[in-house]
Amino acid sequence: MTTSFLRRTPSVLWFLGALALFTLTVTLLSEGYGTGTIPTSFVKTLGMTLCLCLVAMAMDLIWGYTGILSLGHMAFFALGGYMLGMWLMYARTEIIVVQALASSPLPPTPQEIRDGVAVQIFGVVGGSELPWIWALAHSFWAQMALVVLVPGLIALIFGWLAFRSRVTGVYLSILTQAMTLALALWLFQNDTGLRGNNGLSGLQNLPGLDAVPQSVMSMWFFWASAAGLGLGYLLCAWVVSGKFGSVLKAIRDDEARVRFLGYAVEHYKLFVFTVTAVIAGLAGALYYPQAGIINPGELAPIASIYLAVWVAIGGRGRLYGAVIGAAFVSLVSSWFTGGRAPDVNLGFYTIRWVDWWLIVLGLSFVAVTIFAPKGLGGLIDLIERRRTPNRHGADLGPSKGSFREGEAAAE
Amino acid sequence: MTGMNALLEVSGVSVTFDGFRAINNLSFSIAERELRAIIGPNGAGKTTFMDIVTGKTRPDEGKVLWGEKSRSLLGMSEAEIAKAGVGRKFQRPTVFEDQTVQENLLLALRNPRGPLSVLFWRPTKADLARVDELAQEIGLADQLPRKSGELSHGQKQWLEIGMLLAQEPRLLLVDEPAAGMTLGEREHTTTLLKEAARTRAVVVVEHDMDFIRRLDCKVTVLHEGSVLAEGTLDHITKNPQVIEVYLGR
Ligand SMILES: Nc1ncnc2c1ncn2[C@@H]1O[C@H](COP(=O)(O)OP(=O)(O)OP(=O)(O)O)[C@@H](O)[C@H]1O
Ligand SMILES: [Mg+2]
Repeated sequence: MTTSFLRRTPSVLWFLGALALFTLTVTLLSEGYGTGTIPTSFVKTLGMTLCLCLVAMAMDLIWGYTGILSLGHMAFFALGGYMLGMWLMYARTEIIVVQALASSPLPPTPQEIRDGVAVQIFGVVGGSELPWIWALAHSFWAQMALVVLVPGLIALIFGWLAFRSRVTGVYLSILTQAMTLALALWLFQNDTGLRGNNGLSGLQNLPGLDAVPQSVMSMWFFWASAAGLGLGYLLCAWVVSGKFGSVLKAIRDDEARVRFLGYAVEHYKLFVFTVTAVIAGLAGALYYPQAGIINPGELAPIASIYLAVWVAIGGRGRLYGAVIGAAFVSLVSSWFTGGRAPDVNLGFYTIRWVDWWLIVLGLSFVAVTIFAPKGLGGLIDLIERRRTPNRHGADLGPSKGSFREGEAAAE
Repeated sequence: MTGMNALLEVSGVSVTFDGFRAINNLSFSIAERELRAIIGPNGAGKTTFMDIVTGKTRPDEGKVLWGEKSRSLLGMSEAEIAKAGVGRKFQRPTVFEDQTVQENLLLALRNPRGPLSVLFWRPTKADLARVDELAQEIGLADQLPRKSGELSHGQKQWLEIGMLLAQEPRLLLVDEPAAGMTLGEREHTTTLLKEAARTRAVVVVEHDMDFIRRLDCKVTVLHEGSVLAEGTLDHITKNPQVIEVYLGR
């Protein structure tokens, strides 16, 4: 069974090989474990990029394979970050509080420690009590479980309501945007218990490991992110390789027909929506310790739209396409917006990339959509000499998320 | 036809679209392993009748009963009705064009339909053999690895019929299977349908009278959403009302 899986999806070995090579190269050039050619801050950027690739793959599963244009998956990503961030912040603050109380004559009670932690964390928003959502924050395993459960349950409930009423196409996309916006607005409030617009910070430090320099720690997270992406690719490739993938593509192109074959389309949509939300949550939990900070701005509706843009530019309906798109666009984007791209002086006007990058990105998105629907992943088809079918402009099915002529490849 | 051995029994069904009665007090029944042709002018409600039986359209009134237990199909979802044994071929060929002929047939093959069982399902030798056999039957044996979007119009129609056979339904509803086919293709299609009707009930909607004649079965004429006449083709073609609304055009 395993051998036939690899034979059917040769891209898996290529992908894992390339990822391993990349990880090794970065390790050998890192400050923590190698020559120091790559600065620690860039190692973090690369590690974060791997996490974005992981969430882009989840997006490809839900949009590229199942045809559901969810514009809310970055909310699940951020929620995963918040859940792990709570533990990171609590555990580190707890150590500081215990040290501070160590000088007092009597050993501190657990209640005193909790109160101390609460004051430290919630002083900024004028609180001194630990909100109920922090009840499990002292436990790493409990918060790890929440990384999976919170995005998973929200996706399950939202998806159940939406798919049951057969909301599709643009309406579903708008609903997911509304969900993202509602979550962001809720988190912006101080009394939500997640420090309002301050968000959670200091996440780059693992509790009790103050002695470990960031150059080393950043590599640990980089490896974890690479492992996460590799495992995620294996899982997604396995899911889409067999009949399950066949059903998903069928739903994407003609969901009514799938129903008449006896498949409960809604159950499949709900399953994929929930699983991809969980993958997004896990990716977020790996991302935010490298970013160091998370705030409600991360749930801005635009973030989820970017995610769709990455997948479109990479080429939807092929997992490596999503990875290439996310890596390429997010790295180029951080180059342009980070002030590293040189300004272009036209004499009468100076193009500052910080201002112009979004316009370039928007135009590239339009160009790819119109002229190269297969995206960057389509370059692989050029190498493999796979043809695009000539369907005289007809889509591959009547469903709203169906493949367009240019996205398909003939065998 | 008595209610005793009916596989599908539709009685007193009406549907209104924005005030327009597409189906008007329709009653109709199909026996086990019966081959039946339905004819009627455009807009007579033939496709809508299939929509009702397969759960796509909910009627305003009436009953649709299924099987020996006379189960009502009206409360069931499309997927549940399909699993209960009703297969359907659409007016325009609908196959999954981005997938190969083999993948299309495997999708239709009668196997568990739930997400979890499908996730872990891998085709057995028997499944693959059945797919080969079906492909042989529909004349696509040498096309298995091809993307079905690349097939000709007639081949797509056959693939869809093959998918229906793979589902092993007890009742097959076939909407205009010969539309757009060449004469040779039509003859092959007739053979396929007659063969299928030996083991299950088949209802064929078609405009082509020669095609109907070759099917050699009982014919029902629909007009303005209800049954106008029923009987052998010879009997029907002599009916003055039928001649007026349909044949005489
Ligand atoms: N969803 C709908 N909304 C509004 N009107 C509809 C709908 N579906 C069918 N109708 C109308 O109901 C009538 C019956 O349509 P139906 O498609 O069943 O006809 P038909 O007998 O299959 O015709 P044809 O031979 O052209 O396929 C038509 O007048 C059609 O316009
Ligand atoms: Mg019709």
